[in-house]
Amino acid sequence: MQISGRDSNRYQTFTRRAALLAGAQGVAFIALAGRMYYLQVLKTDQYRMLAEENRVSMRLLAPLRGNIVDRFGRILAANRQNYRAMLISEQTPDVEATLTRLSNIVEIDDFTKKRILRDISRSPRFMPVTVAEGLTWDQFAQVNINEPDLAGIVPDVGETRDYPYGEELAHILGYVAAVSEKDLQQAEGNQQVLKLPGFRIGKEGIEKTYDRELRGVPGSSHVEVNAYGRVIRELAKDPGTPGSEVVLTLDMDVQRFAWDRLKGESASSVVLDIHTGDVISFVSAPAYDPNQFNMGYGTADYKALLESPYLPLMNKALAGMYPPGSTFKMVVAMAAVEAGVDPSHRVVCPGHYSLGSHDFHCWKKGGHGALNMHDAIKHSCDVFFYDTAKRIGIEAVADMAKRFGLGETYGFEVPGEKPGLVPTPGWKRAVKGEVWHPGETVIAGIGQGYLLTTPLQLAVMTARIANGGYAIEPRITRAIGGNLLPVPQPKLIGVSERAIGVAQGGMNGVSNEIGGTAYRSRIAEPGMELAGKTGTAQVRRISRAERLSGVLKNEALEWRQRDHALFVCFAPVHAPRYAMSVVIEHGGSGSGAAAPVARDIMHEVLKRNPARPQAGNPPPVGPKTARAG
Amino acid sequence: MLDLRRFTGHEMRLGEKLIEFNWGFLLLLMLIASIGFAMLYSVAEGSFSPWAFRQAARFAVGVGIMVSVAMIDLRLWMRLAYPLYGIALAMLVAVEVIGFVGMGAQRWLNLGFVSVQPSEIMKVTLILALARYFHGLTLEEVSRIRNLLIPLGFVGTPVALVVLQPDLGTAILLIATGAVLFFSAGLRWRYFILSGAAVLAVIPILWSRLHDYQRNRVLTFLEPERDPLGAGYHILQSKIALGSGGIFGKGFMEGTQSQLNFLPEKHTDFIFTMLGEELGLVGGLVLLALYFVVLMFSLNVALRCRNQFGRLVAIGVSMTFFFYVFINTSMVMGLLPVVGVPLPLVSYGGTAMLSLMFAFGLLMSVHIHRNLEISRGPSAFW
Repeated sequence: MQISGRDSNRYQTFTRRAALLAGAQGVAFIALAGRMYYLQVLKTDQYRMLAEENRVSMRLLAPLRGNIVDRFGRILAANRQNYRAMLISEQTPDVEATLTRLSNIVEIDDFTKKRILRDISRSPRFMPVTVAEGLTWDQFAQVNINEPDLAGIVPDVGETRDYPYGEELAHILGYVAAVSEKDLQQAEGNQQVLKLPGFRIGKEGIEKTYDRELRGVPGSSHVEVNAYGRVIRELAKDPGTPGSEVVLTLDMDVQRFAWDRLKGESASSVVLDIHTGDVISFVSAPAYDPNQFNMGYGTADYKALLESPYLPLMNKALAGMYPPGSTFKMVVAMAAVEAGVDPSHRVVCPGHYSLGSHDFHCWKKGGHGALNMHDAIKHSCDVFFYDTAKRIGIEAVADMAKRFGLGETYGFEVPGEKPGLVPTPGWKRAVKGEVWHPGETVIAGIGQGYLLTTPLQLAVMTARIANGGYAIEPRITRAIGGNLLPVPQPKLIGVSERAIGVAQGGMNGVSNEIGGTAYRSRIAEPGMELAGKTGTAQVRRISRAERLSGVLKNEALEWRQRDHALFVCFAPVHAPRYAMSVVIEHGGSGSGAAAPVARDIMHEVLKRNPARPQAGNPPPVGPKTARAG
Repeated sequence: MLDLRRFTGHEMRLGEKLIEFNWGFLLLLMLIASIGFAMLYSVAEGSFSPWAFRQAARFAVGVGIMVSVAMIDLRLWMRLAYPLYGIALAMLVAVEVIGFVGMGAQRWLNLGFVSVQPSEIMKVTLILALARYFHGLTLEEVSRIRNLLIPLGFVGTPVALVVLQPDLGTAILLIATGAVLFFSAGLRWRYFILSGAAVLAVIPILWSRLHDYQRNRVLTFLEPERDPLGAGYHILQSKIALGSGGIFGKGFMEGTQSQLNFLPEKHTDFIFTMLGEELGLVGGLVLLALYFVVLMFSLNVALRCRNQFGRLVAIGVSMTFFFYVFINTSMVMGLLPVVGVPLPLVSYGGTAMLSLMFAFGLLMSVHIHRNLEISRGPSAFW
């Protein structure tokens, strides 16, 4: 190429420098290619992993909660479909208008509406927000039919816990409810599943005790998500393991019968198998509806529960502490026999017992005259036991009470057990810092004073009398996840046959001999006879003035002042199998209020299944067996 | 074929110019632009709207502009160099006064029917103005300090205005373009060494005057993990996307980082990342190779031109194009801080595409009029 002279040096410089620039470009492009090689070949595995982490998100899937069934497989707690209406805010131009239209089908109050709007503002626009749940089938159908007019509303079916027997089992099963902050803090290990929206955990009763077993193992779903967290598609799914079925020792028919018999009272009753400790029935009345706890109790309803004088939230069968009253007399009698007192030894009852300047009265104003131990139990003579307790001393009485399971807890599966109290001089000194008075020994003889027992303990006490002195403990779980729980081999409590014979005989007298305090409440069918003991626990102090003018009848007192009515019994008397206790708060007298109820329940237990399998050899139980239709 | 008329400054007819137009080069540009259309189609999850179709339409307009610009006599462009520069400068001033804010900076000027970025236009007219100025100087004159004041003003004035916007990326590009022209015109090495030292000296001062977001960009570039969810997010996600693409990529429209929106700005500044993710190292190298061919062609045009104005214009266009490619790809690979520089011909964007096609039109005009000899003095064309 020819370049004119004066331009040539300019051109040469340009050419040189352009070549330099081109070289620089080449170097730059090689650097770019090298960087690409580094990123896309050398480091590709690392970046591929990071890209996968971006793209794939694991979502936990709540496992299906295990059922709770009775000993025959009847479902006591299960999962029910929960019809819900969800709202996806990005699918509606006007959330308020949609809610207004939906409120023609489902009532949405202002409080709920506020909650919904808050939830919407807090979650991404594509995330469904629960608008209403627990819809009836009719409502759900209407939502479905009207879906075209309800922009953004999506009908949805979830799972919710269902307690078909409601309050009849509330104090056994407890309930499930939403996870609280506190639950999250207390959770151990990896408990991410608790954070799932709508996840429920057991808060009381068996639901709480066996929450882990019932809960199962959460599954997971690997989904592809975009940068905003929206799920694009599912990549893989592990459904998880459903929770285990928990089989209770309960017999729902008996439970239902006992509930019907006690509802309306503030009362409790426990029926035990005396050989295994299996709880056949366990009632605390009144109760609450666990279904409502699950869905969220209304504030007014909950307030009513809290304020009721009958304490529906309290599990009285294991947390209600009552003086055992005369039901304690067998313990005193056996302590006396073990202390060397001859059961045929007679005590004269003039109607009162004097200790120093103080008189202790027998419930029978004129007195019983001379009685031996059997008759003293049969007639529930107070003076005999004042005298006996004084004779053998409080330590002997307390020792025997403890052997029969009083003053302790058993580690029962339903949480909330109270130990009650078996007082001793040592206890009084340590706790109250006071000296034990002889008079306190005297009243302990009739189960009053500091003595406190729970209905569960009274049933255990009676069972240990009935089974000949084996230290059975109550249990309510028969099997978990198809595995039978072993029945513990009970130890002997070390009470002689003779002593236990006196107690059993006395109880037989109470129920089956004319003049026994519960003779009116006997079971007449041969082979089903029960042996019992009445108890009337005083809750107030009777003044000397009242004693002189005549003790007021229970009917004349306000409810809170009336005596607690107690009854313990076992049956069949000649081949004992079941023991039970009944406590009716402020029910009046044991013979009048508690004994008839106990008789009816025990009768039901006996007649329902006389061929009940023997302890130690129960029928196979598992998810597939004996599901009563 | 030897046509003597070509050496004589004889006026070429339109038909001759159309024959001289290098249609193969236009085909190359179309090929690159088509890669862009394909990526924009992929970004929109397999749809021509909203980006691919509009981009293609703009490219068509751009081709029209390029051909038209190429047909115009290079001497006329030389004559228009200062007026065009003046208009661009006026627009830059206007954007300061009445421009509106887009992407966090005041860069756009609304002309009623269309919004333009005057800074993009300035990049082209600066080349014209500097080429025009240096065309009039001998090699000896270039390095005289008094002759440097005017071209330094040509560069400094728009840079100052662009920095005010604030648009650091464009400012650097303008300085670089200016430097290339000074260099190609033959300015002595010592000036570059001195100014290089001066730049190093003023960096601390400049640093203190930077906006927070600009400082953050630099800091985040130096250490992306400093802020993985904030400013470092772009670089980190871009590297993940590129790296996970591997040698052959995840497949067209199969890029998880891009399609699931982990990658930001993927239709504009980060489109190269998306290409690298979906078509892998192979796809990326093919595009880089095509760019390199464009650069080599431009260099060839510059070397074959018989007038200094044409040479300087050609090298200016070539280097500007190179800067775009290099800064953009380095940025998405984490070699440079994130500055708003599009990938030429591929990134979605109107003004950048049209001003680039205008620049290629100038390049082609240089190519067509390469045999023109234009005298240094103003009499030749004024």
